[in-house]
Amino acid sequence: MRFIPVTCEEQAEMLRVVGADTVDDLFVDVPAAARLGRPLALPDPLGEVELAAHLEDLASADSHAGSVVSLLGGGCYDHYVPAIVDAVVSKPAFFTAYTPYQPEVSQGTLQAVYEYQSMICALTGMDVANASMYDGASAFAEAALMAARVTRRHQVVVSAAVHPEWRETLATYVGAGVLDILTCPMSDGVTDAAALRDLVDDRTAAVLAASPTFYGALDDLEALAGIAHDAGALLVAGTNPILLGVLEPPAAYGADIVVGEGQPLGNPQSFGGPGLGIFACRQEHLRQMPGRVAGRTTDVDGRTGFVLTFSTREQHIRREKATSNICSNHALNALAAGVYLSAVGREGLAGIGRACVAKAHYLESRLVETGRFERVFSAPFAHEFALRYTGDVAVMQARLLERGFFAGLDLGRFRAEDVGRVLFAVTEKRTRAQLDRFVAEVNAL
Amino acid sequence: MSAPTREPLTGTLIFERGAPESRCVESPALDVPDVSLSDVLSGRQRTEPPVLPHVTEVEIARHYERLASANFGVDSGFYPLGSCTMKYNPKIDEWACRLPGFAGLHPYQPPATVQGALELMWELQEALAEIAGLPAVTLQPAAGAHGELTGLLAIRAYHTANGDPRARVLVPDSAHGTNPATVAMCGYEVVQVPSDERGGVDVAALNTLLDTDVAAIMLTNPNTLGLFDENILEITAAVHAVGALAYCDGANLNAILGKSRPGDMGFDALHINLHKTFATPHGGGGPGSGPVAVSDALAPYLPGPVVARAADGVFSLVTPERSIGRVRSFVGNFGVLVRAYAYIRAVGGSGLTEVAEQAVLSANYLKELLRDVWPLPYDRVCKHEFVLSGGRMRKQTGVRTLDVAKRLLDYGIHPPTIYFPLIVEEALMIEPTETESKETLDRFAGVLRTIAAEAAEDAGLLQGAPYSTPVRRLDEAAAVKRPDLAWVPPEGAPG
Repeated sequence: MRFIPVTCEEQAEMLRVVGADTVDDLFVDVPAAARLGRPLALPDPLGEVELAAHLEDLASADSHAGSVVSLLGGGCYDHYVPAIVDAVVSKPAFFTAYTPYQPEVSQGTLQAVYEYQSMICALTGMDVANASMYDGASAFAEAALMAARVTRRHQVVVSAAVHPEWRETLATYVGAGVLDILTCPMSDGVTDAAALRDLVDDRTAAVLAASPTFYGALDDLEALAGIAHDAGALLVAGTNPILLGVLEPPAAYGADIVVGEGQPLGNPQSFGGPGLGIFACRQEHLRQMPGRVAGRTTDVDGRTGFVLTFSTREQHIRREKATSNICSNHALNALAAGVYLSAVGREGLAGIGRACVAKAHYLESRLVETGRFERVFSAPFAHEFALRYTGDVAVMQARLLERGFFAGLDLGRFRAEDVGRVLFAVTEKRTRAQLDRFVAEVNAL
Repeated sequence: MSAPTREPLTGTLIFERGAPESRCVESPALDVPDVSLSDVLSGRQRTEPPVLPHVTEVEIARHYERLASANFGVDSGFYPLGSCTMKYNPKIDEWACRLPGFAGLHPYQPPATVQGALELMWELQEALAEIAGLPAVTLQPAAGAHGELTGLLAIRAYHTANGDPRARVLVPDSAHGTNPATVAMCGYEVVQVPSDERGGVDVAALNTLLDTDVAAIMLTNPNTLGLFDENILEITAAVHAVGALAYCDGANLNAILGKSRPGDMGFDALHINLHKTFATPHGGGGPGSGPVAVSDALAPYLPGPVVARAADGVFSLVTPERSIGRVRSFVGNFGVLVRAYAYIRAVGGSGLTEVAEQAVLSANYLKELLRDVWPLPYDRVCKHEFVLSGGRMRKQTGVRTLDVAKRLLDYGIHPPTIYFPLIVEEALMIEPTETESKETLDRFAGVLRTIAAEAAEDAGLLQGAPYSTPVRRLDEAAAVKRPDLAWVPPEGAPG
């Protein structure tokens, strides 16, 4: 395929205007030793028909949420995506636009961002939200850096119950020595509050935790916030936004910065990306927030309009003094989240949350009844839970995959202490019939 | 009789549409026993519902159609935004990333069930390595700036492993703002390198700044003036001579595809913006994808996982031995990787070279059509973009580059990048890309000449522009002075 509309005749005319004999004359500034001097060793072009067939071949080599019943979670979930979501994000005027630096011709993007920010504030209870980050993990790391700027302290305490990939991302981001990380042990699938009390002091910039935790358990964020605030530190709270129709908003627990992975809100799983990073904070900390933010204002004729604002925090203005190096964000995924939240509305979000919770609790009880799984934690959970399998996890998962199930996430791959434990996630898409069939297959193991 | 009026396209929020009883998608009927939320959540259930819209599907469809009508994308018209490579985004790529075998994958599925996805990623790694002239590639970074962070952290880890931690990173004065911001995030001190009179790195100045405390130089080549640095081999050799490494910001890779490779220029690391060079859409700000290609020396430090191919053709995810660690969760922006892979296979190796040739020819052609109207601060052959200065127009007419940009909107053209790079007064940075017809380029040049004539005759006309857009110039000062960053329901509104 070829996406160049200029004809050969026009190329010749353009070369004449430029005063070049051949197009290679336009590369005279490239030193000979830096020229490739051979064709790229890449396959020949494909026509659209052949390309489509090739891509379908690749995709059909995969099993996916449409062909296998998925009980996988751990930060990426098989929720229903309403048809209207893709209808909106497929509009070329949205997906082929650049960052809205020219607001007069970007009101669509800007208003959608403002509405998205408003919805995230409504869900989390926070004052301001940015236009999105890359994902939950990078938002989590950026929140630690922001807390250090706010408090002018250089140490954070992170809960061991937080997603291991979030913690690893945090460690990478601060790996240059810009922050010290202490890890607070966990107990019963949540942060060990007593241990946290001993780790937090007047050097602590933030306590970083999440509820639900990686293990699906609900952490006592209110207690953690108290410990952080008593020491003059901030609480960074990770959340799962799709549960905020049924779970108390993080602001109610005293969270200072709220982050989360926004994929569950209308974005396909897509092998883990792109989702979006949710980032919200208090008004008083706005000037330390990373990322773009849209604001409402008026134009010269008094009409309501929207602009990117508080840009003096950002790299294109402040360069090395910026709050972050982030430039591109996940605007289209934030658009999807906004359309999703509009489509389900407040009752739909609560209903979806209730369905996830009820189905997860149903499956958990049924699995424990089989005698092949045992409870490991007593902390409350929402739509995701960890159980210990009495046999070999890999064998069990392979057998159940043959029967058409992704039988949860083997937690042993993340932490030695978790060998034998399996994390199950249940979304509103799972039917009782699917769950009952799964339990029957477990019984037949 | 008053003239008929249309409702403005924008301004009315989704929250202000619909009615309390309006519904679009309802949650599925519960087919398992209901639970008491206060019991199972131990009192952590929500008591006040979040204030989300109440709308029907038709209201959503109309709302976002109106918003889309107030937007401008590549499909709307010419988008010569310098340094952003706003080329056409092929529709087949959009179809491909939505295939259930791609869009429906969970990142923790067993590797045997995602061999198609892993093969695609492996092929993309190989293709980008060939294009970059660097052997190892990670697809994990989510954007260009994220790639910069990845590359610079790998460089830092390399120096640290050699027992030779260093303190400074050199960045030219023409660099993108992300470069110095990344340097700061990596705990290094930024040292600015001046440009010479030909728009390249001032090599004499560079040599005075280079010492064994310099960890790296971050360069964009071709640079943000659209100029290929003729001294690039000398520069990377001088950097290596003091034990420092050379990082290439690949924002401008579109100019040199198949013509010259950063690895062959002496660069040790490069990030590639798939959302620029490889035609994946910008999405109104993202998602992008910023794979990083590195030399053998840096390969052990890449973030994991990367895709490996065993002798039997089976693909797996592996973490390099001395990895800096992850820079995000999961494997990367896979949906963007699918689009970029589809694009590379569509145009093929020969097509990529043709892309660079046409992008460069189109930029040089436009430069010739415009150089008598706007001064060209660096008069030499350009690559995929060029920078004009609006300084003379401002002095002669009082019309600023901002006014020219706003006037372009009235002609249905997206403005070029303006006021960047910082070293050019009243800069206009123009990147036509290869996907525009000669007719489009000719019209753009004609419009700019018309605008120049308007500036000479009636400066106020331009200073008041635009006139035909959904809104006109916005009060950005008020947006900061009275922050309104989220909608809150009016007092007494129905819940």
